Amino acid sequence: MSQAQTLVDKLWSAHEIAQREDGAALLWVDRHYVHEGSFLAFTQMKERGGSVAEPGLTFGTADHYVPTRRNRPIADPSIAAMVTDFAANAAASHISNFGLGDPRQGIVHVVGPEQGLTLPGLLIVCGDSHTSTHGAFGAYAFGIGASEVAHVLMTQTIWQKRPKRMRVTVSGKTIAGVAAKDIALAIIAQIGADGAQGHAIEYAGSAITALSMEGRLTLCNLSIEAGGRTGMVAPDATTFAYLKGRPYAPRGAAFDRAVEDWSALVSDNDAVFDREVTLDAGAIAPIVTWGTTPDDALPIDGTVPDPARERDPVRANYVRDALDYMGITPGKKLTDITIDRVFIGSCTNSRIEDLRAAAAVLAGRVSKVPGLVSPGSSVVKRQAEEEGLDRIFREAGLEWADSGCSMCVGINGDVVPPGERCASTTNRNFRGRQGPGARTHLMSPAMVAAAAVSGHLADARPLLAGRKQ
Amino acid sequence: MEKFVRLTDKACPLLLSNINTDMILPARYLKLPRTSELGDTLFYDLRRDAQGNKRPDFLLNQSAWRDAKILVAGRNFGGGSSREAAVYALYEAGIRCVIACSFGDIFAQNSVKNGMLTAVLSEPDVQELGAAIAADPELPVTVDLEQQTILRGNRSFSFTIDPVSRNQLLNGWDDIDMTQSYRDRIAAFKSADRERRPWAGPPS
Repeated sequence: MSQAQTLVDKLWSAHEIAQREDGAALLWVDRHYVHEGSFLAFTQMKERGGSVAEPGLTFGTADHYVPTRRNRPIADPSIAAMVTDFAANAAASHISNFGLGDPRQGIVHVVGPEQGLTLPGLLIVCGDSHTSTHGAFGAYAFGIGASEVAHVLMTQTIWQKRPKRMRVTVSGKTIAGVAAKDIALAIIAQIGADGAQGHAIEYAGSAITALSMEGRLTLCNLSIEAGGRTGMVAPDATTFAYLKGRPYAPRGAAFDRAVEDWSALVSDNDAVFDREVTLDAGAIAPIVTWGTTPDDALPIDGTVPDPARERDPVRANYVRDALDYMGITPGKKLTDITIDRVFIGSCTNSRIEDLRAAAAVLAGRVSKVPGLVSPGSSVVKRQAEEEGLDRIFREAGLEWADSGCSMCVGINGDVVPPGERCASTTNRNFRGRQGPGARTHLMSPAMVAAAAVSGHLADARPLLAGRKQ
Repeated sequence: MEKFVRLTDKACPLLLSNINTDMILPARYLKLPRTSELGDTLFYDLRRDAQGNKRPDFLLNQSAWRDAKILVAGRNFGGGSSREAAVYALYEAGIRCVIACSFGDIFAQNSVKNGMLTAVLSEPDVQELGAAIAADPELPVTVDLEQQTILRGNRSFSFTIDPVSRNQLLNGWDDIDMTQSYRDRIAAFKSADRERRPWAGPPS
């Protein structure tokens, strides 16, 4: 009789080509997503005289460096070169590329799912740490560096060591106004920014299965902010309904056959995990970050820590440095922290549901600070415009732009100026992440909208009262 | 790939936790090709003030540690982004080994691919080693991957590293060359897999 297996084990076994004595396994890669930042890997490949082994399994999209105002040319020639070089690399390697100007262009972790390229049971890699996003479909998806990208381009395989397995169970029901982002930040706050290092995470429990695909994508996206290279949710009826009819998803009888196979992608009842973490969904409130790592996260009714009250001197030093960088006085109430701008976008929170959640707060209200809204893909942009969400953002005084990584990583020119404080739907509040000297507070789209109309960090729940969510 | 077996050099104690890849290499330098100039961008925003001048209080700017080949850090070194250029920046600046309490998974993997050792040492050992180096920067540190030890004077520490990474570093294996030797098994897997998982093949 075979041993009970976790979802992670099942996905691993399905991709294992060979195993070395030291424990490394050679795995087959089903989908390889590339973007402008993959240029170092293309250079490595060319230097070795290699070529792309499986162009049909490799897909490109321009996201990291593309301008979010498409009506203007890219001013910086070094940024423009990133976009044009990528298009040339993709064309030379016969890779399908959703480049600048393509109606399917967008952030790689939005486009893959949206186009039906990301499916349950696949092993997916990309030269981007937020590749964990695709685990929302019950895929084994993880970010890789340039050398590994070059290896996958040339062999369609990757050497990996089997990770430990962690199950994060969120049971019960979330309260109204609490989003997937809040669940993710609550998990990160509980286990720490390195809490899942060396582990593959499976998210389970009633609060997880209740999430839409957009919510699961946000949750799995943030696995890496807990240190986990991959995070996943077992596929279910929500997953299959999302995929049906997507451009690249199997069709007709092939889809039915696939659903049959995908339905087996669950952890067996008596499967054993190396670590189990549990949370009560009902205890999770809207969360914001106050410091410079994502585990510096607190419920919105809290106060920032005071280094003088920290017992551990190392921790006290950290808190002092973080508050100094963030320009916040110790012990301050979170809702007393005023902001300079807002950003709604990124692979974490730029999907249609995210935009709807922000718009629900913003409708009929005006932002007290400037802000940028960058939809996750050109498809999301068109859908949002059909729903009239763009009007709500514009009437609130926010800028409605095109899709890309934009102000999350700040390399296309969209940056938060030095010393400014930004309420942001992104994934990293690291020092200088949104630009040198920028101060980032992470939160859900509704919470960013609440901060915008309040001018300070604020609880979105009262602002959502009586509104359709 | 360059092998790593043993290294004796100065070690610089950057005893912070959560030194993420954005701190190691700010994203605005990601479009640079891999050249020796990338070494100048290492820790750019920590190393320099807003005018671009080197901050005298940053340890790698001080004469005692400017040329150190070893870094000693706290928890979660290299967490965050998958940017391998963070490893290139360290490498081009002369770093060949980072000793820390823990590492970001992707960073650790990227390091191995470039012949740079990521040695995991317990928190008390990192504190002890860091304090000792800070007190006497000139006494060199020897990192021995075969023995998995760190020696300084007559004090010895044991570090951990996963066996796969250790093997690759000691042998200097090139992944792509190694994988080529599995070509037949890859082809056999692919054809069997197309039958087994028809939905996983090239989408159209």
